[in-house]
Amino acid sequence: MRVIDLEVTSLRDLNQMLHDLGEGANETHFRVINPRGRHAIAAGLDAPVTVEIDGNAGYYCAGMNKRANVIVNGSAGVGVAENMMSGLVHVKGDASSSAGATGCGGLLVIDGNAAARCGISSRGINIVVKGSVGHMSAFMAQAGALVVLGDTGDALGDSIYETRLFVRGNVKSLGSDCIEKPLRDEHRQQLGELLEAAGLNGQLDPSEFRRYGSARNLYHFHMDNLEAY
Amino acid sequence: MCGIVGIFLKNQSLEPELGTMLAGMLGTMCDRGPDSAGFAIYGAGDAEHVKLTLRADSPDVNFSALANEVERAIGAPVTVDVHATHAVFKLPSASEQAARAAIAEAGAGVKIVGAGTRMEVYKEVGRPDAVAKRFDLAHMAGSHGIAHSRMATESAVTTNGAHPFSTGRDQCLVHNGSLSNHNGLRRELERKGIHFETENDTEVAAGYITWRMGEGASLGEALEQSLQDLDGFYTFVVGTEDGFGVLRDPIACKPAVMAETDDYVAFGSEYRALAGLPGIDKARVWEPEPAKVYFWERR
Repeated sequence: MRVIDLEVTSLRDLNQMLHDLGEGANETHFRVINPRGRHAIAAGLDAPVTVEIDGNAGYYCAGMNKRANVIVNGSAGVGVAENMMSGLVHVKGDASSSAGATGCGGLLVIDGNAAARCGISSRGINIVVKGSVGHMSAFMAQAGALVVLGDTGDALGDSIYETRLFVRGNVKSLGSDCIEKPLRDEHRQQLGELLEAAGLNGQLDPSEFRRYGSARNLYHFHMDNLEAY
Repeated sequence: MCGIVGIFLKNQSLEPELGTMLAGMLGTMCDRGPDSAGFAIYGAGDAEHVKLTLRADSPDVNFSALANEVERAIGAPVTVDVHATHAVFKLPSASEQAARAAIAEAGAGVKIVGAGTRMEVYKEVGRPDAVAKRFDLAHMAGSHGIAHSRMATESAVTTNGAHPFSTGRDQCLVHNGSLSNHNGLRRELERKGIHFETENDTEVAAGYITWRMGEGASLGEALEQSLQDLDGFYTFVVGTEDGFGVLRDPIACKPAVMAETDDYVAFGSEYRALAGLPGIDKARVWEPEPAKVYFWERR
Protein backbone atom coordinates (compact mmCIF):
# COMPACT_ATOMS: atom_id res chain seq x y z
CA MET A 1 0.00 0.00 0.00
CA ARG A 2 1.30 3.40 -0.97
CA VAL A 3 0.97 6.34 1.41
CA ILE A 4 0.58 9.85 0.02
CA ASP A 5 1.02 12.74 2.44
CA LEU A 6 -0.82 15.83 1.18
CA GLU A 7 1.46 18.03 3.24
CA VAL A 8 4.29 16.79 0.99
CA THR A 9 2.62 15.84 -2.31
CA SER A 10 0.36 18.37 -3.99
CA LEU A 11 -3.29 17.54 -4.47
CA ARG A 12 -2.86 17.95 -8.22
CA ASP A 13 0.00 15.43 -8.26
CA LEU A 14 -2.04 12.96 -6.20
CA ASN A 15 -5.04 13.17 -8.51
CA GLN A 16 -2.88 13.02 -11.65
CA MET A 17 -1.13 9.91 -10.31
CA LEU A 18 -4.51 8.28 -9.61
CA HIS A 19 -5.80 9.25 -13.05
CA ASP A 20 -2.73 7.74 -14.72
CA LEU A 21 -3.32 4.28 -13.26
CA GLY A 22 -3.71 1.96 -16.21
CA GLU A 23 -5.46 -1.37 -16.46
CA GLY A 24 -3.76 -3.98 -14.30
CA ALA A 25 -1.62 -1.46 -12.43
CA ASN A 26 0.48 -3.10 -9.74
CA GLU A 27 -0.50 -0.69 -7.05
CA THR A 28 -4.17 -0.94 -6.14
CA HIS A 29 -4.32 0.44 -2.60
CA PHE A 30 -3.48 3.99 -1.60
CA ARG A 31 -3.69 5.80 1.71
CA VAL A 32 -3.93 9.60 1.71
CA ILE A 33 -2.87 11.31 4.92
CA ASN A 34 -3.26 14.95 6.02
CA PRO A 35 -6.23 15.75 3.78
CA ARG A 36 -7.02 18.80 6.00
CA GLY A 37 -10.29 19.53 4.21
CA ARG A 38 -8.75 19.95 0.76
CA HIS A 39 -11.21 19.93 -2.11
CA ALA A 40 -11.60 17.34 -4.90
CA ILE A 41 -9.43 14.67 -3.29
CA ALA A 42 -9.54 11.48 -5.40
CA ALA A 43 -11.97 13.05 -7.85
CA GLY A 44 -12.33 11.66 -11.35
CA LEU A 45 -10.95 8.16 -10.71
CA ASP A 46 -11.53 5.44 -13.30
CA ALA A 47 -9.68 2.34 -12.06
CA PRO A 48 -10.45 -0.65 -9.82
CA VAL A 49 -8.36 0.62 -6.91
CA THR A 50 -8.94 1.49 -3.27
CA VAL A 51 -8.11 4.94 -1.92
CA GLU A 52 -8.38 5.53 1.83
CA ILE A 53 -8.39 9.10 3.08
CA ASP A 54 -7.35 9.44 6.71
CA GLY A 55 -9.05 12.56 8.04
CA ASN A 56 -11.64 15.07 6.93
CA ALA A 57 -12.04 15.77 3.22
CA GLY A 58 -13.31 18.99 1.64
CA TYR A 59 -15.68 19.57 -1.26
CA TYR A 60 -16.35 17.10 -4.11
CA CYS A 61 -14.31 14.26 -2.64
CA ALA A 62 -14.46 11.23 -4.97
CA GLY A 63 -16.55 13.23 -7.43
CA MET A 64 -17.28 11.49 -10.76
CA ASN A 65 -15.95 8.26 -9.30
CA LYS A 66 -15.89 5.26 -11.64
CA ARG A 67 -15.00 1.74 -10.42
CA ALA A 68 -12.81 2.85 -7.49
CA ASN A 69 -13.47 2.31 -3.79
CA VAL A 70 -12.90 5.55 -1.92
CA ILE A 71 -13.06 5.39 1.87
CA VAL A 72 -13.03 8.55 3.98
CA ASN A 73 -11.91 7.85 7.53
CA GLY A 74 -13.44 11.12 8.65
CA SER A 75 -16.11 13.51 7.41
CA ALA A 76 -16.61 14.88 3.91
CA GLY A 77 -17.57 18.35 2.70
CA VAL A 78 -20.11 19.48 0.14
CA GLY A 79 -20.81 17.17 -2.82
CA VAL A 80 -19.02 13.97 -1.83
CA ALA A 81 -19.29 11.40 -4.67
CA GLU A 82 -21.18 13.92 -6.79
CA ASN A 83 -21.90 12.54 -10.24
CA MET A 84 -20.54 9.11 -9.30
CA MET A 85 -20.75 6.57 -12.14
CA SER A 86 -19.88 3.30 -10.38
CA GLY A 87 -17.79 1.91 -7.52
CA LEU A 88 -18.12 2.57 -3.81
CA VAL A 89 -17.63 5.67 -1.72
CA HIS A 90 -17.77 5.13 2.04
CA VAL A 91 -17.71 8.10 4.44
CA LYS A 92 -17.09 6.93 8.00
CA GLY A 93 -18.12 10.27 9.53
CA ASP A 94 -20.70 12.84 8.40
CA ALA A 95 -21.25 14.33 4.95
CA SER A 96 -22.12 17.94 4.21
CA SER A 97 -24.80 19.00 1.76
CA SER A 98 -25.44 17.57 -1.71
CA ALA A 99 -23.87 14.18 -0.98
CA GLY A 100 -24.12 11.96 -4.05
CA ALA A 101 -25.65 14.76 -6.11
CA THR A 102 -26.54 13.81 -9.71
CA GLY A 103 -24.91 10.36 -9.26
CA CYS A 104 -25.50 7.91 -12.11
CA GLY A 105 -24.45 4.67 -10.40
CA GLY A 106 -22.42 2.99 -7.70
CA LEU A 107 -22.98 2.99 -3.95
CA LEU A 108 -22.42 5.82 -1.47
CA VAL A 109 -22.45 4.80 2.20
CA ILE A 110 -22.41 7.45 4.94
CA ASP A 111 -22.00 6.12 8.46
CA GLY A 112 -22.98 9.40 10.12
CA ASN A 113 -25.45 12.08 9.03
CA ALA A 114 -25.78 13.76 5.68
CA ALA A 115 -26.80 17.43 5.51
CA ALA A 116 -29.27 19.11 3.16
CA ARG A 117 -29.97 17.98 -0.41
CA CYS A 118 -28.56 14.47 -0.06
CA GLY A 119 -29.02 12.62 -3.36
CA ILE A 120 -30.31 15.70 -5.16
CA SER A 121 -31.08 14.99 -8.82
CA SER A 122 -29.82 11.43 -8.48
CA ARG A 123 -29.82 9.50 -11.75
CA GLY A 124 -29.18 5.96 -10.56
CA ILE A 125 -26.78 6.10 -7.61
CA ASN A 126 -27.68 4.11 -4.49
CA ILE A 127 -27.13 5.94 -1.22
CA VAL A 128 -27.28 4.47 2.28
CA VAL A 129 -27.14 6.96 5.17
CA LYS A 130 -26.87 5.33 8.59
CA GLY A 131 -27.75 8.56 10.39
CA SER A 132 -30.20 11.26 9.28
CA VAL A 133 -30.44 13.48 6.21
CA GLY A 134 -31.22 17.19 5.95
CA HIS A 135 -33.94 19.06 4.10
CA MET A 136 -34.66 18.77 0.37
CA SER A 137 -33.00 15.38 0.12
CA ALA A 138 -33.70 13.50 -3.14
CA PHE A 139 -34.94 16.74 -4.72
CA MET A 140 -35.80 15.97 -8.37
CA ALA A 141 -34.24 12.54 -7.95
CA GLN A 142 -34.73 10.47 -11.07
CA ALA A 143 -33.50 6.91 -10.45
CA GLY A 144 -31.66 4.72 -7.96
CA ALA A 145 -32.42 4.56 -4.24
CA LEU A 146 -31.88 6.54 -1.05
CA VAL A 147 -31.94 4.59 2.22
CA VAL A 148 -32.03 6.54 5.49
CA LEU A 149 -31.78 4.72 8.81
CA GLY A 150 -32.47 7.86 10.83
CA ASP A 151 -34.77 10.81 10.16
CA THR A 152 -35.18 13.20 7.25
CA GLY A 153 -35.53 16.97 7.17
CA ASP A 154 -38.26 18.93 5.43
CA ALA A 155 -39.46 18.40 1.87
CA LEU A 156 -38.14 14.90 1.28
CA GLY A 157 -38.32 13.93 -2.38
CA ASP A 158 -39.62 17.24 -3.65
CA SER A 159 -40.49 17.01 -7.37
CA ILE A 160 -39.18 13.45 -7.40
CA TYR A 161 -39.19 11.25 -10.49
CA GLU A 162 -38.48 7.53 -9.98
CA THR A 163 -35.91 7.24 -7.19
CA ARG A 164 -37.02 4.90 -4.39
CA LEU A 165 -36.79 6.35 -0.91
CA PHE A 166 -36.62 4.10 2.16
CA VAL A 167 -36.73 5.75 5.60
CA ARG A 168 -36.66 4.01 8.97
CA GLY A 169 -37.06 7.10 11.18
CA ASN A 170 -39.32 10.11 10.98
CA VAL A 171 -39.94 12.13 7.86
CA LYS A 172 -40.30 15.76 8.89
CA SER A 173 -42.30 16.55 5.76
CA LEU A 174 -42.69 15.33 2.19
CA GLY A 175 -42.01 17.61 -0.75
CA SER A 176 -44.34 18.25 -3.69
CA ASP A 177 -45.52 15.13 -5.46
CA CYS A 178 -43.78 12.78 -3.01
CA ILE A 179 -46.01 10.23 -1.28
CA GLU A 180 -45.71 7.16 0.88
CA LYS A 181 -46.10 3.94 -1.05
CA PRO A 182 -46.57 0.33 0.06
CA LEU A 183 -43.43 -1.65 0.85
CA ARG A 184 -43.87 -4.78 -1.21
CA ASP A 185 -41.68 -7.90 -1.35
CA GLU A 186 -39.65 -6.61 -4.29
CA HIS A 187 -38.83 -3.48 -2.28
CA ARG A 188 -37.93 -5.48 0.82
CA GLN A 189 -35.57 -7.52 -1.31
CA GLN A 190 -33.95 -4.47 -2.89
CA LEU A 191 -33.61 -2.85 0.52
CA GLY A 192 -32.11 -6.04 1.98
CA GLU A 193 -29.50 -6.04 -0.77
CA LEU A 194 -28.65 -2.39 -0.24
CA LEU A 195 -28.31 -2.85 3.52
CA GLU A 196 -26.07 -5.86 2.94
CA ALA A 197 -23.91 -3.88 0.50
CA ALA A 198 -23.61 -1.18 3.17
CA GLY A 199 -22.29 -3.73 5.67
CA LEU A 200 -25.54 -4.05 7.62
CA ASN A 201 -26.36 -7.62 6.70
CA GLY A 202 -28.95 -9.09 9.05
CA GLN A 203 -28.78 -6.15 11.47
CA LEU A 204 -32.01 -4.54 10.34
CA ASP A 205 -35.33 -5.87 9.16
CA PRO A 206 -36.35 -4.15 5.89
CA SER A 207 -39.93 -4.15 7.20
CA GLU A 208 -38.91 -1.42 9.66
CA PHE A 209 -38.66 0.99 6.75
CA ARG A 210 -41.32 2.96 4.93
CA ARG A 211 -41.15 3.61 1.22
CA TYR A 212 -41.71 6.94 -0.47
CA GLY A 213 -41.77 7.86 -4.12
CA SER A 214 -43.37 9.92 -6.82
CA ALA A 215 -47.13 10.43 -7.10
CA ARG A 216 -46.32 11.03 -10.78
CA ASN A 217 -48.69 13.99 -10.99
CA LEU A 218 -46.02 16.59 -11.57
CA TYR A 219 -43.99 15.24 -14.43
CA HIS A 220 -46.65 13.61 -16.58
CA PHE A 221 -48.31 15.55 -19.29
CA HIS A 222 -51.99 16.09 -18.61
CA MET A 223 -54.33 16.96 -21.44
CA ASP A 224 -56.21 19.22 -19.01
CA ASN A 225 -53.11 21.41 -18.69
CA LEU A 226 -52.72 21.98 -22.41
CA GLU A 227 -53.50 25.68 -22.07
CA ALA A 228 -50.52 26.14 -19.81
CA TYR A 229 -47.99 25.13 -22.48
CA MET B 1 -18.95 33.42 -2.17
CA CYS B 2 -17.14 34.97 0.85
CA GLY B 3 -15.50 33.15 3.72
CA ILE B 4 -16.19 33.64 7.39
CA VAL B 5 -14.41 32.32 10.44
CA GLY B 6 -14.66 32.78 14.17
CA ILE B 7 -13.20 31.44 17.34
CA PHE B 8 -14.34 31.65 20.95
CA LEU B 9 -11.93 30.49 23.62
CA LYS B 10 -13.09 28.51 26.61
CA ASN B 11 -9.58 28.11 27.98
CA GLN B 12 -8.22 31.51 29.06
CA SER B 13 -4.61 30.36 28.86
CA LEU B 14 -4.97 30.33 25.05
CA GLU B 15 -5.85 34.05 24.89
CA PRO B 16 -2.35 35.15 23.83
CA GLU B 17 -2.68 32.74 20.84
CA LEU B 18 -6.04 34.05 19.64
CA GLY B 19 -4.63 36.33 16.93
CA THR B 20 -2.40 33.59 15.53
CA MET B 21 -5.31 31.17 15.42
CA LEU B 22 -7.65 33.67 13.77
CA ALA B 23 -5.01 34.79 11.24
CA GLY B 24 -4.41 31.17 10.22
CA MET B 25 -8.12 30.58 9.80
CA LEU B 26 -8.63 33.76 7.76
CA GLY B 27 -5.62 32.98 5.55
CA THR B 28 -7.17 29.71 4.36
CA MET B 29 -10.27 31.58 3.23
CA CYS B 30 -8.48 33.76 0.60
CA ASP B 31 -9.89 31.51 -2.14
CA ARG B 32 -13.43 32.28 -1.02
CA GLY B 33 -13.04 36.04 -1.03
CA PRO B 34 -9.98 37.89 -2.33
CA ASP B 35 -11.55 41.38 -2.49
CA SER B 36 -11.27 42.60 1.07
CA ALA B 37 -11.00 41.33 4.59
CA GLY B 38 -11.58 42.35 8.13
CA PHE B 39 -11.75 41.08 11.64
CA ALA B 40 -12.94 41.98 15.09
CA ILE B 41 -11.07 40.90 18.15
CA TYR B 42 -12.21 41.04 21.76
CA GLY B 43 -9.13 41.88 23.81
CA ALA B 44 -8.41 43.42 27.18
CA GLY B 45 -10.72 46.08 28.54
CA ASP B 46 -12.38 47.45 31.64
CA ALA B 47 -15.69 49.12 32.40
CA GLU B 48 -14.12 52.53 33.15
CA HIS B 49 -12.62 52.85 29.66
CA VAL B 50 -13.89 52.76 26.11
CA LYS B 51 -11.88 51.61 23.13
CA LEU B 52 -12.56 53.53 19.92
CA THR B 53 -11.25 51.95 16.73
CA LEU B 54 -10.32 54.70 14.25
CA ARG B 55 -9.75 54.16 10.56
CA ALA B 56 -7.85 56.64 8.43
CA ASP B 57 -8.38 57.23 4.73
CA SER B 58 -4.65 57.40 4.17
CA PRO B 59 -1.74 55.67 5.91
CA ASP B 60 -0.10 59.09 6.53
CA VAL B 61 -2.40 60.15 9.32
CA ASN B 62 -0.57 61.16 12.46
CA PHE B 63 -2.53 59.30 15.09
CA SER B 64 -0.41 60.44 18.02
CA ALA B 65 -0.95 64.11 17.10
CA LEU B 66 -4.68 63.40 16.89
CA ALA B 67 -4.54 61.67 20.29
CA ASN B 68 -2.86 64.77 21.75
CA GLU B 69 -5.70 66.94 20.46
CA VAL B 70 -8.25 64.54 21.96
CA GLU B 71 -6.38 64.56 25.28
CA ARG B 72 -6.48 68.35 25.34
CA ALA B 73 -10.19 68.35 24.52
CA ILE B 74 -11.25 65.83 27.13
CA GLY B 75 -8.63 66.64 29.77
CA ALA B 76 -7.76 62.99 30.30
CA PRO B 77 -5.08 60.63 29.02
CA VAL B 78 -5.61 58.65 25.80
CA THR B 79 -3.72 55.42 25.12
CA VAL B 80 -2.95 54.89 21.43
CA ASP B 81 -2.32 51.60 19.70
CA VAL B 82 -1.57 52.06 15.98
CA HIS B 83 -1.97 49.26 13.42
CA ALA B 84 -1.26 50.60 9.91
CA THR B 85 -4.32 52.64 8.84
CA HIS B 86 -6.16 51.90 12.08
CA ALA B 87 -5.62 52.97 15.65
CA VAL B 88 -7.32 52.11 18.91
CA PHE B 89 -7.80 55.05 21.30
CA LYS B 90 -8.50 53.98 24.86
CA LEU B 91 -9.95 56.69 27.06
CA PRO B 92 -12.28 57.15 30.04
CA SER B 93 -15.84 56.05 29.15
CA ALA B 94 -17.25 59.29 30.60
CA SER B 95 -15.31 61.28 27.98
CA GLU B 96 -16.48 59.29 24.96
CA GLN B 97 -18.85 61.92 23.54
CA ALA B 98 -16.28 64.70 23.98
CA ALA B 99 -13.63 62.54 22.34
CA ARG B 100 -15.91 61.75 19.39
CA ALA B 101 -16.56 65.47 18.93
CA ALA B 102 -12.84 66.25 19.06
CA ILE B 103 -12.06 63.55 16.49
CA ALA B 104 -14.79 64.84 14.17
CA GLU B 105 -13.58 68.42 14.57
CA ALA B 106 -9.98 67.53 13.80
CA GLY B 107 -11.04 66.39 10.32
CA ALA B 108 -7.91 64.45 9.34
CA GLY B 109 -9.95 61.89 7.34
CA VAL B 110 -10.45 59.64 10.31
CA LYS B 111 -13.58 57.62 11.00
CA ILE B 112 -14.67 55.78 14.13
CA VAL B 113 -15.51 52.25 12.97
CA GLY B 114 -16.04 50.52 16.27
CA ALA B 115 -16.52 51.25 19.94
CA GLY B 116 -16.72 49.12 23.02
CA THR B 117 -15.14 47.94 26.19
CA ARG B 118 -13.17 45.18 24.51
CA MET B 119 -13.85 45.11 20.76
CA GLU B 120 -11.40 46.30 18.13
CA VAL B 121 -12.33 46.24 14.42
CA TYR B 122 -9.94 46.22 11.46
CA LYS B 123 -10.78 46.01 7.78
CA GLU B 124 -9.21 46.82 4.47
CA VAL B 125 -9.34 46.12 0.75
CA GLY B 126 -6.90 43.42 -0.34
CA ARG B 127 -6.18 39.74 0.02
CA PRO B 128 -7.16 38.46 3.46
CA ASP B 129 -3.72 37.07 4.34
CA ALA B 130 -2.12 40.41 3.39
CA VAL B 131 -4.72 42.34 5.40
CA ALA B 132 -4.09 40.16 8.48
CA LYS B 133 -0.36 40.73 8.09
CA ARG B 134 -0.73 44.47 7.62
CA PHE B 135 -2.59 44.81 10.93
CA ASP B 136 -0.35 42.23 12.63
CA LEU B 137 -3.34 40.14 13.66
CA ALA B 138 -1.06 37.23 14.60
CA HIS B 139 0.20 39.19 17.62
CA MET B 140 -3.18 40.23 18.97
CA ALA B 141 -4.61 38.58 22.08
CA GLY B 142 -8.20 38.15 23.15
CA SER B 143 -11.02 35.89 24.22
CA HIS B 144 -12.84 35.64 20.88
CA GLY B 145 -12.70 36.99 17.38
CA ILE B 146 -14.47 36.85 14.03
CA ALA B 147 -13.13 37.48 10.54
CA HIS B 148 -14.31 37.71 6.96
CA SER B 149 -12.94 37.39 3.45
CA ARG B 150 -15.17 39.11 0.93
CA MET B 151 -16.23 38.36 -2.63
CA ALA B 152 -18.37 41.42 -3.22
CA THR B 153 -21.88 41.05 -4.60
CA GLU B 154 -24.30 43.56 -3.07
CA SER B 155 -22.09 46.63 -2.88
CA ALA B 156 -18.74 47.91 -4.12
CA VAL B 157 -15.26 46.68 -3.20
CA THR B 158 -14.39 49.37 -0.71
CA THR B 159 -13.15 49.40 2.84
CA ASN B 160 -16.59 50.58 3.90
CA GLY B 161 -18.12 47.50 2.27
CA ALA B 162 -15.71 45.15 4.05
CA HIS B 163 -16.87 43.16 7.06
CA PRO B 164 -17.20 42.99 10.04
CA PHE B 165 -19.94 45.54 10.53
CA SER B 166 -20.35 47.11 13.92
CA THR B 167 -23.47 49.10 14.73
CA GLY B 168 -23.41 48.89 18.50
CA ARG B 169 -20.99 48.83 21.40
CA ASP B 170 -18.91 45.68 21.39
CA GLN B 171 -21.22 44.22 18.74
CA CYS B 172 -20.21 43.12 15.30
CA LEU B 173 -21.20 40.68 12.63
CA VAL B 174 -19.76 38.90 9.60
CA HIS B 175 -21.97 37.50 6.87
CA ASN B 176 -21.78 35.07 4.00
CA GLY B 177 -24.69 35.47 1.63
CA SER B 178 -26.96 38.27 0.53
CA LEU B 179 -30.10 39.74 2.04
CA SER B 180 -33.05 40.62 -0.14
CA ASN B 181 -35.12 42.82 2.19
CA HIS B 182 -32.32 45.04 3.48
CA ASN B 183 -33.53 48.32 1.96
CA GLY B 184 -36.96 48.17 3.60
CA LEU B 185 -35.53 46.98 6.87
CA ARG B 186 -32.87 49.72 6.84
CA ARG B 187 -35.60 52.37 6.55
CA GLU B 188 -37.50 50.82 9.47
CA LEU B 189 -34.40 50.62 11.64
CA GLU B 190 -33.40 54.20 10.80
CA ARG B 191 -36.79 55.31 12.11
CA LYS B 192 -35.98 53.43 15.31
CA GLY B 193 -32.75 55.40 15.62
CA ILE B 194 -30.16 52.94 14.27
CA HIS B 195 -27.51 54.73 12.25
CA PHE B 196 -26.08 53.21 9.04
CA GLU B 197 -22.87 54.19 7.28
CA THR B 198 -23.26 52.25 4.02
CA GLU B 199 -25.74 50.80 1.52
CA ASN B 200 -24.50 47.33 2.42
CA ASP B 201 -26.97 44.54 3.23
CA THR B 202 -24.85 43.07 6.00
CA GLU B 203 -24.78 46.33 7.93
CA VAL B 204 -28.57 46.07 8.12
CA ALA B 205 -28.31 42.64 9.75
CA ALA B 206 -25.82 44.03 12.26
CA GLY B 207 -28.10 47.02 12.92
CA TYR B 208 -31.06 44.71 13.37
CA ILE B 209 -29.27 42.70 16.06
CA THR B 210 -28.11 45.90 17.75
CA TRP B 211 -31.71 47.18 17.79
CA ARG B 212 -33.05 43.91 19.22
CA MET B 213 -30.39 43.79 21.91
CA GLY B 214 -31.07 47.44 22.69
CA GLU B 215 -34.69 46.41 23.30
CA GLY B 216 -33.44 43.96 25.90
CA ALA B 217 -33.01 40.76 23.90
CA SER B 218 -30.07 38.46 24.58
CA LEU B 219 -27.80 37.59 21.66
CA GLY B 220 -29.59 34.25 21.31
CA GLU B 221 -33.02 35.90 21.31
CA ALA B 222 -31.93 38.55 18.80
CA LEU B 223 -30.68 35.84 16.44
CA GLU B 224 -33.90 33.87 16.92
CA GLN B 225 -35.96 36.96 16.00
CA SER B 226 -33.81 37.66 12.94
CA LEU B 227 -35.08 34.38 11.45
CA GLN B 228 -38.48 36.05 11.17
CA ASP B 229 -37.39 39.45 9.92
CA LEU B 230 -34.38 38.90 7.66
CA ASP B 231 -35.00 37.49 4.20
CA GLY B 232 -32.27 36.10 2.01
CA PHE B 233 -29.24 33.89 2.19
CA TYR B 234 -27.06 34.10 5.22
CA THR B 235 -24.68 32.46 7.52
CA PHE B 236 -23.87 34.92 10.32
CA VAL B 237 -21.18 34.86 12.94
CA VAL B 238 -21.76 37.47 15.62
CA GLY B 239 -19.61 38.77 18.45
CA THR B 240 -20.68 40.63 21.57
CA GLU B 241 -18.61 41.71 24.58
CA ASP B 242 -18.81 38.26 26.11
CA GLY B 243 -20.67 36.19 23.54
CA PHE B 244 -20.30 34.46 20.20
CA GLY B 245 -23.21 33.33 18.02
CA VAL B 246 -23.84 31.50 14.74
CA LEU B 247 -26.97 31.39 12.60
CA ARG B 248 -27.73 29.92 9.16
CA ASP B 249 -30.80 30.71 7.07
CA PRO B 250 -33.54 28.04 6.91
CA ILE B 251 -32.37 26.85 3.48
CA ALA B 252 -28.74 26.53 4.66
CA CYS B 253 -27.69 28.08 1.41
CA LYS B 254 -24.21 29.00 2.60
CA PRO B 255 -21.72 26.52 4.00
CA ALA B 256 -20.74 26.22 7.65
CA VAL B 257 -18.76 23.85 9.81
CA MET B 258 -18.01 24.04 13.51
CA ALA B 259 -15.57 22.41 15.88
CA GLU B 260 -15.60 22.26 19.66
CA THR B 261 -13.01 21.07 22.15
CA ASP B 262 -12.57 21.73 25.87
CA ASP B 263 -10.47 24.75 24.85
CA TYR B 264 -12.52 26.48 22.15
CA VAL B 265 -15.50 26.67 19.81
CA ALA B 266 -14.57 27.48 16.23
CA PHE B 267 -16.52 28.31 13.09
CA GLY B 268 -15.42 28.12 9.44
CA SER B 269 -17.09 28.40 6.05
CA GLU B 270 -15.13 25.25 5.26
CA TYR B 271 -13.28 22.68 7.29
CA ARG B 272 -10.03 23.93 5.74
CA ALA B 273 -10.30 26.97 8.01
CA LEU B 274 -10.33 24.74 11.08
CA ALA B 275 -7.70 22.21 10.00
CA GLY B 276 -4.81 24.13 11.57
CA LEU B 277 -6.33 24.56 15.03
CA PRO B 278 -4.69 22.79 17.98
CA GLY B 279 -6.35 19.51 18.90
CA ILE B 280 -8.64 19.57 15.84
CA ASP B 281 -8.18 15.82 15.33
CA LYS B 282 -9.89 15.21 18.65
CA ALA B 283 -12.50 17.96 18.28
CA ARG B 284 -16.20 17.37 17.80
CA VAL B 285 -16.77 18.62 14.25
CA TRP B 286 -20.29 19.19 12.97
CA GLU B 287 -22.34 21.16 10.52
CA PRO B 288 -24.66 23.67 12.22
CA GLU B 289 -28.29 23.03 11.36
CA PRO B 290 -30.33 25.50 9.33
CA ALA B 291 -32.44 28.02 11.27
CA LYS B 292 -30.94 26.95 14.58
CA VAL B 293 -29.33 29.52 16.85
CA TYR B 294 -25.99 28.61 18.37
CA PHE B 295 -24.36 30.85 20.92
CA TRP B 296 -21.80 30.75 23.68
CA GLU B 297 -21.19 33.24 26.46
CA ARG B 298 -18.31 33.78 28.86
CA ARG B 299 -19.37 33.00 32.38
